Amino acid sequence: MRRLLAGAAALLAALLASTTPAAACAGLIGPNGAVNLLRTTTFAGYHDGVEHYVTSFQFAGGSGQFGSLVPLPGVPAEVIRGGDWTLQRLVRETEVLAKRGAFPLASAASAQDAVVLQQVRIDALDITILKGGGDAVGRWATEHGFRLPPDAPEVLDFYAARSPIFMAAVFDADAAKARGQKIGDGTPVHLAIPTSAPWVPLRILGLGKSAQDRVDADVYLLTDARPQMLPAPIGLNGMRIGHSAAATASLLNDLSSDKGMGWVPSSAWLTKVVIDGSAAQLKYDLAISATAAAPSPVAAGLESPSIPVPVRSELPALAVFAISGLSLVALGGVLLLRSPNHRTANG
Amino acid sequence: MALVTTLFVTGACAPAAPRRIEIRIHYSKFEPSTIQVPAGVPVTFVIRNDDPIDHEWLIGDAAFHARHRAGTEPVHGDRPDEVSVPANTTKTTTLTLPAGVYAYICHFPLHEQYGMVGAVTARS
Repeated sequence: MRRLLAGAAALLAALLASTTPAAACAGLIGPNGAVNLLRTTTFAGYHDGVEHYVTSFQFAGGSGQFGSLVPLPGVPAEVIRGGDWTLQRLVRETEVLAKRGAFPLASAASAQDAVVLQQVRIDALDITILKGGGDAVGRWATEHGFRLPPDAPEVLDFYAARSPIFMAAVFDADAAKARGQKIGDGTPVHLAIPTSAPWVPLRILGLGKSAQDRVDADVYLLTDARPQMLPAPIGLNGMRIGHSAAATASLLNDLSSDKGMGWVPSSAWLTKVVIDGSAAQLKYDLAISATAAAPSPVAAGLESPSIPVPVRSELPALAVFAISGLSLVALGGVLLLRSPNHRTANG
Repeated sequence: MALVTTLFVTGACAPAAPRRIEIRIHYSKFEPSTIQVPAGVPVTFVIRNDDPIDHEWLIGDAAFHARHRAGTEPVHGDRPDEVSVPANTTKTTTLTLPAGVYAYICHFPLHEQYGMVGAVTARS
């Protein structure tokens, strides 16, 4: 799947090669611990202080349950079934254009249990929004059958130090089959997350991978203006700009007509960030600002927060967002084998 | 490899109390990862797992670890040289090691590759 745009044909090829369920934003950890790389695609928009994140979980056959843990910058106000064509339309838009042209980590809540904030069932997908420190979320995941890789404790703490909110998604392949879902059918999920500090979690994409393993992902950003990013995608750091231009009217019209996408503004800037690096390179996230203010090094994971980051469960004053303008954030995720027995091949 | 389990004997000739070594598991690493102990003397290893995921502490020679890399036992705990350490728990085991170098490894999938390896040197 290297160097391929995540078009329908490429995605289908990847799914056919796999016998397990796959998420659009995932690295898959198989029962033998091997990691199968799939190119991933995510989209999120930030408008009026609300981040809209859309990803899709693809049914690729097989049976059993698979899960995904996704760090979030805030508590979702809404978790709904996503639109039917948003991700595909974004891929098509940028394909056409392309042819033309370590710090100390805090885990304040580690001694407490994770708190379940929301639970939503979407098709064959069970979504749980969790609040807690890395230790608490890790324990919750383990107790609920997630088999976490050895780097999970450090990675979960890395995220929890900035935002102790996570989404756990469990895809039930048996339920998908019972529902009549065919291989390749996707379940799009759309989260609306109030936040004033958008960031793209890239480090989570390397979860469970060895240092030299590749991470491939396409992250679509839609902002009011051309965004500043930290670190800047310069290619040498495992990410590069694949597309950067004013969003076309036809794209905005198509996006806004999809389910739950009425928030899409009448003008915006479309950026595609291609993640193409080793897991060892992706030790940071992608902070974004569409204003004159520079992106936050704390949001990028390059600096430790000086004080614990509050959990934003409500929209702050609208004035904050009036000067923030629009920016866009996409969220990473990782697919983890979910099994009642945590061990499969140890001594 | 057979490690000799300490037998506690009461009486006038009771051996000295086992030496105590604390090992912390944090972010899927052993701390410390190198230890020196006297050979032929009971040593109590206190293994504290501060991670939210399960680990194990298996100590032995190369042949011992080769067996466990391909093993399928779901849990350990009945043998002093094979200790399961569930998330956020502490386990204790006492061993008397003949002179030599022994590796301690977590053989959960990917854990050894991630660096969950340490070494005990038992000196006469």
